[in-house]
Amino acid sequence: MSGHSSYVPKTGIERWLDARLPIIRLTHDSAVSYPVPRNLNYLWTFGGILAFMLVAQIVTGIILVMHYTPHATMAFNSVEHIMRDVNYGWLLRYLHSNGASMFFIAVYVHIFRGLYYGSYKAPREVLWILGVVIFLLMMATAFMGYVLPWGQMSFWGATVITNLFSALPVIGETIVTFLWGGYSVDNPTLNRFFSLHYLLPFMIFGVVVLHIWALHVVGQNNPTGVEVKNVQKDTVPFTPYATIKDLFGMVVFMVVFGWFVFYQPNFMGHADNYIMANPAATPAHIVPEWYFLPFYAILRAIPDKLGGVIAMGSAIVVLAFLPWIDTSKVKSMTYRPIARQLFWAFFVVCIALGYLGAMPAEGGYVIASQIFTALYFGYFVALFVVGLFERPKALPTSIADAVLASAHGGSAARIATATAAEPNVKG
Amino acid sequence: MNRTSFRLALTGLAAGLSLALMQPAAQAAEGHGGNEPPALTWSFSGPFGKFDRAQLQRGFKVFKEVCAACHGASLVAFRNLSQPGGPEFTPGQVAALAATYQITDGPNDQGEMFQRPGRPADRFPSPFPNEQAARAAQGGAYPPDFSVLAKARTYVRGFPRFIFDIFTQYQEQGPDYIHALMVGYEEPPAGVTLLPGQNYNRYMPGHLLAMPKPLSDGQVEYPKGPDGKSPVPETVDQYARDVAAFMVWMAEPHLEERKRMGMQVMIFLVFFAGLLYYTKKKVWSRMPDGSPAH
Repeated sequence: MSGHSSYVPKTGIERWLDARLPIIRLTHDSAVSYPVPRNLNYLWTFGGILAFMLVAQIVTGIILVMHYTPHATMAFNSVEHIMRDVNYGWLLRYLHSNGASMFFIAVYVHIFRGLYYGSYKAPREVLWILGVVIFLLMMATAFMGYVLPWGQMSFWGATVITNLFSALPVIGETIVTFLWGGYSVDNPTLNRFFSLHYLLPFMIFGVVVLHIWALHVVGQNNPTGVEVKNVQKDTVPFTPYATIKDLFGMVVFMVVFGWFVFYQPNFMGHADNYIMANPAATPAHIVPEWYFLPFYAILRAIPDKLGGVIAMGSAIVVLAFLPWIDTSKVKSMTYRPIARQLFWAFFVVCIALGYLGAMPAEGGYVIASQIFTALYFGYFVALFVVGLFERPKALPTSIADAVLASAHGGSAARIATATAAEPNVKG
Repeated sequence: MNRTSFRLALTGLAAGLSLALMQPAAQAAEGHGGNEPPALTWSFSGPFGKFDRAQLQRGFKVFKEVCAACHGASLVAFRNLSQPGGPEFTPGQVAALAATYQITDGPNDQGEMFQRPGRPADRFPSPFPNEQAARAAQGGAYPPDFSVLAKARTYVRGFPRFIFDIFTQYQEQGPDYIHALMVGYEEPPAGVTLLPGQNYNRYMPGHLLAMPKPLSDGQVEYPKGPDGKSPVPETVDQYARDVAAFMVWMAEPHLEERKRMGMQVMIFLVFFAGLLYYTKKKVWSRMPDGSPAH
């Protein structure tokens, strides 16, 4: 996909630099001439949106750290100092706290897009696994970041989640003591979480570089799931085509982001986190941030503590094995009539688990959580089985054909069936 | 994506959620144990929301004369009262007000703590030196600090209202609850016996609270209008509205600035997105070789 470089140094300085450090060539090849499938829809703009969110979180975070005090007795008030006394501190803090939620909204769209269009399949397995690694790092970062304001939900969320490690046999208790830096969540916990919260985003940044590198080796998937066959006909150069489209997607996303930051800054938070952490008073309902709710529901669905931890961990780790779980040779679910229904069922299951994660773990909710947990994992089993016998619809012969077919008002598949009968000289 | 399966998914979602919701409605009402506060109209709600200066000034008066006997506002400084977007007292009024408080400062050159009149830069002194002192004086109960309390109080909105709230920008659960609590004191229903120091309130989760009814009609004298009468009624309901509004300002002193900037940002972003959309259309109308895109 990367092909040979089309960069031609124009000035003497560029030629001089190109012979020593071809950094302009690298930028040109990966952000200007890099060919992208011409049929990408707006779901593909979320990669760029995520890159923007990561940078936004790092920038606002670095400035917040200049005013924040990581100490159990001062953290809460230092956040309020940012909100009240620091110039535009309220803006920085609301951008950062809502930014975390927007980051997860974008990453969930990005993941579901990958699931629907089979972006995890060969040759994109490593790209996909790097994505799962980023997702795990994001969860760790977000969790530790939520502890920093040292409110009630920060404290009790940290207590509940770190306690999960105690379920591990033999080493569990030691790990928990190590995480806490003592025998309960206290100032040492806050300090190490602060340190790690500053470190992990840069690790995410590193894995994102690998993720983009892997992407540029194998090229982007596309809504048909048919690989690029003819670069001239099937692709367009990244700049200006993808650049302008990503930019438009990003600005629309910023409108939603801005809506929450300026008008509903506390909508996605918990009122209890405006009460300073108090080890002596447990909140009525300890609920994690919304983006953890589906996994929290799976955790609580299993009556056994260790079992719950394993189920929750598996719910994420199973994603990394998707390239080998899904047995179908066809990538895009547009051409997979049965798998497509399964996908939407899985989508509904994830939303339902999210809802159940926010409800108290009692009565009917527990039973519902157990059913939906089974359905969550059932998706992966079903994907394995369905791939073995499902008869996919006819694929378009190429990306260009699919674009032309949809432009002429017919369904891509219908035209493709007709053209597929002809001898295929292009491939 | 395929339209039929999307519709199917939505139907499934609706069915699943309604199934899951049959039980919570009943549970929320009894489990939470407090009646839902009525939603009031606030001047600061919505995208153009602004505080009503006169209301904040009245709210401050209620706070100072009634609430502050037990509740602190330790994060709020006197100078905040004259900042734009708040009650906007004059700096002179604030300096005079601050001087009426005695602030513990020090240590001085002799190593002694000493008392001095307050300055605008000082924060509100709390009524009790620490939590234990407060509990000892209040029969074991701890009156919470007011600084961010309006953001720390809420009630369960539940599905589907929490989704509508995104679009209506409803986020005044805090002041609604605070107002409701002030007007919600009543005689306990038959079968509920109050222990000494307990009071019954229809909006308190669990209905029992230590704080006795703090406000009564005519308790706080409001500034008089030109006709010699207060422009608003001197009633518990009005006091509660005013003090709740004042508490929202204490919790969110930059609310007006935030909403004003939000409108500017929104207008810019929507306009910019429009320009980008048409640029994108233009760019995509031709392929790199100049041929039409479709």
